[in-house]
Amino acid sequence: MSGFLARLRQLQAAVVKRLPRRWNRALAGALIVIGIVLPFFFPPNNGFMNATIIAVAFAVMSLGLNIVVGFAGLLDLGYVAFYALGAYSLGWFGSGFFFRLHVHVLVSPTAPVLGVHLNFVLILIAAALICAAAGILIGLPTLRLRGDYIAIVTLAFGEIIATVAVNGQSVPVGGGMTLTAGNLGISAVDPPYFPGSGSFSLLNLRPWYWLIFGILLLVLFVNLRLRDSRLGRAWVALREDEVAAVSMGIPLVKTKLLAYSVGAAFGGMAGAFFGTYYTEVNASQFAFGFSIFILAMVIIGGIGSIWGALVGGLVLGYINNYLIPDVLNDLPSKFGLHFQLIQVEFGIFGFLLVIMMVLRPQGLIPERRRQLELTAQIAAEDAQLAEAPTGEVTVILPPGEGAA
Amino acid sequence: METTTVSPPSLPAAPVRRLAAVRRYAGQWGLIAALAALPVYYGVHDLVYGYTVSVAGHQVVHHDLSNLGYDFAQGLSNGAIWALIAIGYTLVYGIIELINFAHGDVFMIGSFTAVGLWSVFGLSPGEGAAALTGFLLLTLIISMIVTGSLNVLIERVAYRPLRSAPKLAALITAVGFSFILQNVGLLWRGGSPQSVPDLIGVQQTVFTIGGVPIQRGYILVFAVMIPLVFALGWFISSTRAGRAMRATAQDPEAARLMGINVNATISLTFLLGGMLAGAAGLVYALYETNVWYFQGFKAGLIAFTAAVMGGIGNVRGAVLGGLIIGVIQALSDARLGPQWTEAVVFGYLIVIMVLRPRGLLGEETREAG
Repeated sequence: MSGFLARLRQLQAAVVKRLPRRWNRALAGALIVIGIVLPFFFPPNNGFMNATIIAVAFAVMSLGLNIVVGFAGLLDLGYVAFYALGAYSLGWFGSGFFFRLHVHVLVSPTAPVLGVHLNFVLILIAAALICAAAGILIGLPTLRLRGDYIAIVTLAFGEIIATVAVNGQSVPVGGGMTLTAGNLGISAVDPPYFPGSGSFSLLNLRPWYWLIFGILLLVLFVNLRLRDSRLGRAWVALREDEVAAVSMGIPLVKTKLLAYSVGAAFGGMAGAFFGTYYTEVNASQFAFGFSIFILAMVIIGGIGSIWGALVGGLVLGYINNYLIPDVLNDLPSKFGLHFQLIQVEFGIFGFLLVIMMVLRPQGLIPERRRQLELTAQIAAEDAQLAEAPTGEVTVILPPGEGAA
Repeated sequence: METTTVSPPSLPAAPVRRLAAVRRYAGQWGLIAALAALPVYYGVHDLVYGYTVSVAGHQVVHHDLSNLGYDFAQGLSNGAIWALIAIGYTLVYGIIELINFAHGDVFMIGSFTAVGLWSVFGLSPGEGAAALTGFLLLTLIISMIVTGSLNVLIERVAYRPLRSAPKLAALITAVGFSFILQNVGLLWRGGSPQSVPDLIGVQQTVFTIGGVPIQRGYILVFAVMIPLVFALGWFISSTRAGRAMRATAQDPEAARLMGINVNATISLTFLLGGMLAGAAGLVYALYETNVWYFQGFKAGLIAFTAAVMGGIGNVRGAVLGGLIIGVIQALSDARLGPQWTEAVVFGYLIVIMVLRPRGLLGEETREAG
């Protein structure tokens, strides 16, 4: 099996080598064109179209989390906080929720009089800024910590934000207005409005698709440029060896906080999109499971790999919104079991995580550096096992010395 | 002229030293001050403004500490359950430096096993004292065995293959297993909290100390927790296997060179942690008289906070942290409202991480230092 895969990879490498130099660019162009014309192959309010939109938005989040977890190696288990803050940015600045205020900036003339109504692009920027600030806030206590402790602090932060979101109804912000609407949800949020654009209604999903596809392209572009930038290399250096990176002159605080804030900003943008697409901002959406769901995308795709995060987001998005609810939901009942598959979806994701980690820890589309690391380690271990004397006392040398 | 040449070097050093002193001071006393803040504030509040109690239909204002004492009693007995779970986190973290995310859900499975066994045995609140005690001990032992073996199984399947992989990998499988167990619980007993027959009458007052009623539940919790903790302490400090555990926690490679079977020792650690979680599960079901598939997630996070607060890797620290977190939780439940408790506990977790990552009784560790 693995021999076959290796041969396939060699073949692919050989093909890529013979292709013209502009191949990458041509492929990217072709993919973008396919992405743009994709909605014309489906009816405008098809269930698959809906799943596609959600999957693309998940891919945006996955790309954001990949910066924190993949590039900088900071395990963030509280990513749901940025989904929440992004969605609330939309709820606050794009609905009648703050009913004492009357602010309208570049919105459709039919927008209600009460409340704050900003143009969707402005809301996206606001969501990105709010989340970037929150990302710095979450990053500050973790600066001195490493590994698992970062995971637990970010988790705590995510849970605090979720708790505040649920109980926000009892937090007054003046004039009889509250911070959030808790589990009742902020409803009747504005659909996106652009002068001259088609109407954003849920009967026609195409404009929504193009909007989120545009956001995805933007995020993807920023991701690619960041990866190859000085900052991206600094992140990877910190991930690989913090002490060495710092002694080479990489500013630890600034670099780590930038990772948190850039990753958070993308999460906030996707969150704002989800807010308007789901037409409400409800605190019950912001559960811990969501953080794990996004993390699973990054891991299944391949930690640190941009294309992996993209594919992981799309794959899990489709599994979550199309395969499990629409296609396989009745599967257990066919075996005489009395539950629906949708009930145990997080169990399925948990299972995928375990299987992925045990069988293919580098992910579907691994980052080159990490793949080398993992395979080199496995090879070293195999060598050790071959050398180790049998008996009750097993001597295992560290990888470096084992080969000598 | 001489003074000008001497003074410059000392000038830039001064502020740095002062900052370091502040940091050291905050590290030593900041956490203790933060922990004392809630009880002291509410104690003073009760003494100065008083609190109303309805006695025979009349609203009476009291100015004493018995209300705070009640919160403390409630909190300590809650905390004893968290302590049992926290020991599992601390043992596992001490030996393989992994946050065993699935541990809280192992505790949940323990609760479910105990409740399932009660209905198999047909236990009901009207049972005689001797029979009840016997059956409860039996269910305690069976639940402990079930959760202990479950924990060992999880280690074997999910963590051992990844022992030499990057640490992130094992943490992720731990989260994955947590979700799997939660869904097992969900399919086992449905999605909403289920009430359990109140077998021992947990709310009945046995005696009163200083106006604080001591309920049967409190006594039950400590009657299970104290012997188990002492037994564990004896096991770790005095047996050959316990010494192997400590050696492996210090340096797995050296322990291996000394002829310790490291894999078996790690399995044993998971067994002990799982057994304590099972005991906590049974006590929780008896004490709270309801079980829920999601109880383990919340309990796990609270217990992990407790383990970190006490100093991770330190059993005594885990017990201390569990009791403290229990009190904080009870105070927040009673004064701020239970809906804010989670935020308060996690707020404390972040404060600990900022002020004193090694915890109250912990050593400096590689991870937290």
